[in-house]
Amino acid sequence: MNESRTLDVSGLPPGAFGSRTVTFWGTLGMVLIESTVFALAITSYFYYLARFPSWPPDGIAPPLLRWGTVNTVILLGSLIPNELARRAAERVDLQGVRIWMVVCLAFAVGFNWVRVYEFRHLNVWWDHDAYGSIVWILLGLHTTHIVTDFLDSAVLTTLMFIGPVEEHRFVDVEENSVYWYFVVLAWLPIYGVIYWAPRLT
Amino acid sequence: MSVGSDPNLEQTWADPPGVIGWLKHVDHKSIGRRYLVTAFGFFLIGGILAALMRIQLSRPDNTFIGPDLYNEIFTTHGTTMMFLFAVPVMQGLGIYLVPLMVGARSIAFPRLVAFSYWMLLFGGIFLFVSFLLNAGPDVGWFSYPPLAEPLYTPSKRADVWAQLITFTEVASLAVAVALITTVLKLRAPGMTLNRLPIFVWAQVVTSFMVLFAMPAVMLASTELILDRLVGTHFFDVEHGGDALLWQHLFWFFGHPEVYIIFIPGTGIVSTIIATFSRRHIFGYLPVVLSLVSTAFMGFGLWVHHMFATGLPQLGESFFTAASIMIAIPTGTQIFCWIATIWSGRLSLKTPMLWILGFFTIFVVGGLTGVMLAAVPLNTQVHDTFFVVAHLHYVLIGGAVFPLFGAFYYWYPKITGRLLSERLGTWVFALLFTGFNLTFFPMHVLGLRGMPRRVYTYPASMGWDTLNLLASVGALLMACGVITFLVDAVHAMYAGPVATDNPWDAGTLEWATSSPPPNSNFPRPPTAAGREPLWDNPPDQPVVVGLREDARDVLVTHVLDAEPDHRLIFPEPSIWPFLTGIATTVLFVWSIFTPWGVVYGAGPVFLAMVGWFWPKRPDEGGTPLWPFARRTLPRPDEAPAAGGAI
Repeated sequence: MNESRTLDVSGLPPGAFGSRTVTFWGTLGMVLIESTVFALAITSYFYYLARFPSWPPDGIAPPLLRWGTVNTVILLGSLIPNELARRAAERVDLQGVRIWMVVCLAFAVGFNWVRVYEFRHLNVWWDHDAYGSIVWILLGLHTTHIVTDFLDSAVLTTLMFIGPVEEHRFVDVEENSVYWYFVVLAWLPIYGVIYWAPRLT
Repeated sequence: MSVGSDPNLEQTWADPPGVIGWLKHVDHKSIGRRYLVTAFGFFLIGGILAALMRIQLSRPDNTFIGPDLYNEIFTTHGTTMMFLFAVPVMQGLGIYLVPLMVGARSIAFPRLVAFSYWMLLFGGIFLFVSFLLNAGPDVGWFSYPPLAEPLYTPSKRADVWAQLITFTEVASLAVAVALITTVLKLRAPGMTLNRLPIFVWAQVVTSFMVLFAMPAVMLASTELILDRLVGTHFFDVEHGGDALLWQHLFWFFGHPEVYIIFIPGTGIVSTIIATFSRRHIFGYLPVVLSLVSTAFMGFGLWVHHMFATGLPQLGESFFTAASIMIAIPTGTQIFCWIATIWSGRLSLKTPMLWILGFFTIFVVGGLTGVMLAAVPLNTQVHDTFFVVAHLHYVLIGGAVFPLFGAFYYWYPKITGRLLSERLGTWVFALLFTGFNLTFFPMHVLGLRGMPRRVYTYPASMGWDTLNLLASVGALLMACGVITFLVDAVHAMYAGPVATDNPWDAGTLEWATSSPPPNSNFPRPPTAAGREPLWDNPPDQPVVVGLREDARDVLVTHVLDAEPDHRLIFPEPSIWPFLTGIATTVLFVWSIFTPWGVVYGAGPVFLAMVGWFWPKRPDEGGTPLWPFARRTLPRPDEAPAAGGAI
């Protein structure tokens, strides 16, 4: 190859935001994996449902609607500070990022806390029968997500306070909020299955 | 293009030396080599287990191995070959070759890929240590309940199987994400999706299949562990559970798994055929569409593994049709390969021998596959040696033969030396003859009613001659593999030195030295065609302007590979290794008590924090707070510079 012609990329920016980044596509891959797990668990739920004479079986009361619904409201509410943190990150507004990420964490403490009440009012134990098992694993799978999302957001928020903060950290904040969207939106079908499928069948 | 390497750049991309340094490697070439060597080591162990089985079955009423150990051996053999060899070895090729083939300096998420290697290695060690402690899995490589449920397998054997799945699936999911991202974002300028090498297409299609298939077996094996550990009833019929649901979840993974192993094999075939026919592949578009449609259809025929379970007939008919339909894209590819060979100038070097062997064996396996798609024949030969013959024809023919072709083809790129053509012909002859001698008689044995997974058989059944023949074939295969090993080790030190492009191939991995320098390409290439080394005009531009004092990588657009931005990639790090250790502790602990998950999660979390903790403020090459305004562009903004080729 003749090396007289070159493509000089030294003027390109040292990073980018949003779907241009490498991490965005990696996150998307993780979202696909986890969505598949959720989808298969939900499919299993209906597989059992179709094979039981009654649902929930043995006259078990459906999970108490109150805590699940309260948590759905909290989770959806957390999208507001999450979006504000994302926008602050795109503006590279450190003050805004700090404020809204702390608010996000407060919401996360809230929905993790209420999750305990959800488990306590499922009205069935995992070792009672297959119905109990599938309900517990559905809620358990999502709980893994809200716990880990809380932990990694907490680490990132800490970094935004103690520094050093370089511009790439703002890209991290934005990507964190993209994943947060997934964790919240993935809850809606699971909420529908756990709380409404037993009531509508 | 042999390029003098810049010592500064080489130092920037070097992995640290020494034993501790070895644990920190993140270079995709280093990790890829480890994957290949480790997976091949697992292949040898799986092969030794197979040889033990063939010794046991070589004559009737043999007492060499008892029934209990035989169960452990065939389960560990299948588990090893599927989870520790076939998938990792193909992904290992991808880890090594995909970044080179797309002209990138690194794989995306190099630390994640390093972590995946430790998961694979520790998972394998875990399985074989368990086997030596008489705790090897013994419930078949698909671990069906109710046999795998605590009532019928009270020991830890089924738990070992289920946790091995977790190890290997974590590894292959991580690699799949890294490969997809590498292909979408790190391609050389000019390498539009329409110019992606077919090997890379095969790797990316496979990676997408991994994303959708592996979660099924992870969910299922987790549920199996929960049934065994904390008393859930997912598969326990007595408490409303459903053993058939296991089969659905397992084969929703298990059938795509066949294509996860086979599609990279077809990518190898397309690559080698194009190179040794000295022309572009005939029908690039149909070949790529065949890969994609095989991947889609591969998710729609899992039930043909369950024809004997008494599912509704309408459902069975659907899956029969879907199973036969998969012959269409496979046939399309085979015709495109034939057309390429026919219209090219064939050069019959060793890599090409394996491809011709692949044709023969794979077509036989494909034909018995079409037979097995028919419900009446399927139920007749279900669980017989006919199925054993079929699956080995498909997997060894479809994956292992192309893989050996790949070893011969890319060995000079990886080591800088050529394997022996003469010994290579011998290895091929031994394996081809041995393979057919071993597995062809099994078709007949199956039709004569010999069930699979039996540790012996009485002389009166009339199965002894064919079994002896199969065992002799296995001996020939062993000789072939040993010859290959001798050649591979010998050639590493004394083989003829390879040029940069010994086969005059057209893809970008041959544009750099053999073996490639730390930075892959001192001057990253650009592409003007599907086979850049054949198609690029003499004055095709090279990329300049990346930093030499940091791991600076060019990131391009997803569809058309226009230059977009630069990104500083991570340095070598001990944290992926430590995270691997912590995760291993969690996985193994969780076999004994559910609290293992709770207590084990702490170290995993700490290791991950260490992993992601920023090291130097200027690591990323972006300004340090406080700064006045944003310098990095958003998706709706034009890049600051760069432009079309």
